[in-house]
Amino acid sequence: MSDRSQTLAKVLGIIEPFNKKGVEVSEATRFAQDLEWDSLTVLDFVANIEDEFDVLISMNMQAEIESVAQLVDALEKLQA
Amino acid sequence: MTDLLSKFDDTIALRQGLIDSGVTDPFNLVMETVESPTVAICNGKRTILLGTYNYMGMTFDPDVVAAGKKALDEFGSGTTGSRVLNGTYVGHKACEEALKDFYGMDHAMVFSTGYQANLGIISTIAGKDDYIILDIDSHASIYDGCAMGNAQIVPFRHNDIEALEKRLKRVPEGAGKLVVLEGVYSMLGDIAPLKEMVAISKANGAMVLVDEAHSMGFIGENGRGVAEAQGIIEDVDFIIGTFSKSVGTVGGFCVSNHPKFEILRLVCRPYVFTASLPPSVVATAATSIRKLMDSADKRAHLWENSKRLHAGLRQLGFQLGTDEPQSAIIAVIMPDLEKGAAMWEALLHEGLYVNLARPPATPANMTLLRCSLCALHTEEQVGEILGMFAAAGRATGCIS
Repeated sequence: MSDRSQTLAKVLGIIEPFNKKGVEVSEATRFAQDLEWDSLTVLDFVANIEDEFDVLISMNMQAEIESVAQLVDALEKLQA
Repeated sequence: MTDLLSKFDDTIALRQGLIDSGVTDPFNLVMETVESPTVAICNGKRTILLGTYNYMGMTFDPDVVAAGKKALDEFGSGTTGSRVLNGTYVGHKACEEALKDFYGMDHAMVFSTGYQANLGIISTIAGKDDYIILDIDSHASIYDGCAMGNAQIVPFRHNDIEALEKRLKRVPEGAGKLVVLEGVYSMLGDIAPLKEMVAISKANGAMVLVDEAHSMGFIGENGRGVAEAQGIIEDVDFIIGTFSKSVGTVGGFCVSNHPKFEILRLVCRPYVFTASLPPSVVATAATSIRKLMDSADKRAHLWENSKRLHAGLRQLGFQLGTDEPQSAIIAVIMPDLEKGAAMWEALLHEGLYVNLARPPATPANMTLLRCSLCALHTEEQVGEILGMFAAAGRATGCIS
């Protein structure tokens, strides 16, 4: 597996417990519109991502991240 | 019609739905006459006030009112100017002296509102490449200050010491760090573990700002707030406060021991580009602040009121925001907005005003009936209040 696909796999794993609606998740899935997460869910999810990858994702960055693919790209950049 | 206001259509519909259900609009109450810090006439009915943040009941204090009248006579109705131009009168300096004495700090800066104090200080000290680490339940004025300064905003779970520490350690090397905390969080009335959080912030090289809006005058030995009560006020870089709660008028401030603090007067836009407070307001504030230094009996009575209301509401079967009373705010958790609005209206009919708080202002999408006690609520009034909660709670089915 490439680095990117490893990151994607980890992200999908972290999304899983928060995917209460059982939405089928792909790179195109959008957090607000498709998963319908509220702000508290987002906070918990982001905290888990931050812990897993040992990075900070500020609210400024979160505002630019709408989809799973964008999150994976951002994580790749943060770890580079 | 679709235009720029169309983005508020959902809010308009939510509000209309609430009004159509027949309840009194909870966000449109008019106080026709205000008799005292604890009683007003609303819709022609005598109403006990339990949602005003008038914690120390200073609004009708004879010395405070006299100072305001005197200033109005001597200095006129307003300054018509910025603090840095023609808007600093002797009264503004006297008010800042009172704050320095109250907090035992070297510097004090008075703003026109508490909102502007947070907006101004935060946006000025934390800029584009700096990091602000803040509690997710922070007040709107804190978030707006962060956004205005364009800093990187990193929230952590409410009152979670470990979550704060983890985030502090991940801030990139060399970046400026500001941790923003509140002494009392106004929605649930709970206090922050400032002792631990301030120590961790300092150990990680961050400056610390604490908003003590809801603690001034009655928490801590000298009423300086939660930071004083927990013994770490010396380690706090900036304390933000307001005149619109315990002080009993309007205005905001920042106090600090930082040696470069005074430069903020020239570079802080919400301080520079607005008119200063009217002379009567700073005169009432200064008088009130000096009286608050010596109010141990009132403080003790306020705590008695808080404990009694908390215990009484619990006994009636209401779910409360905190297990123990931690401040002068007691939050009653309602199952939903509809029930909350019905209960709010039933209380108003009984003759009691509380705040109805709803998302997005509340944490975890809760609907709250927020009660804030006053040192001037009498024992009898607290008894009356509990009777009204019992009657309204049963009438709306909130308790059995």
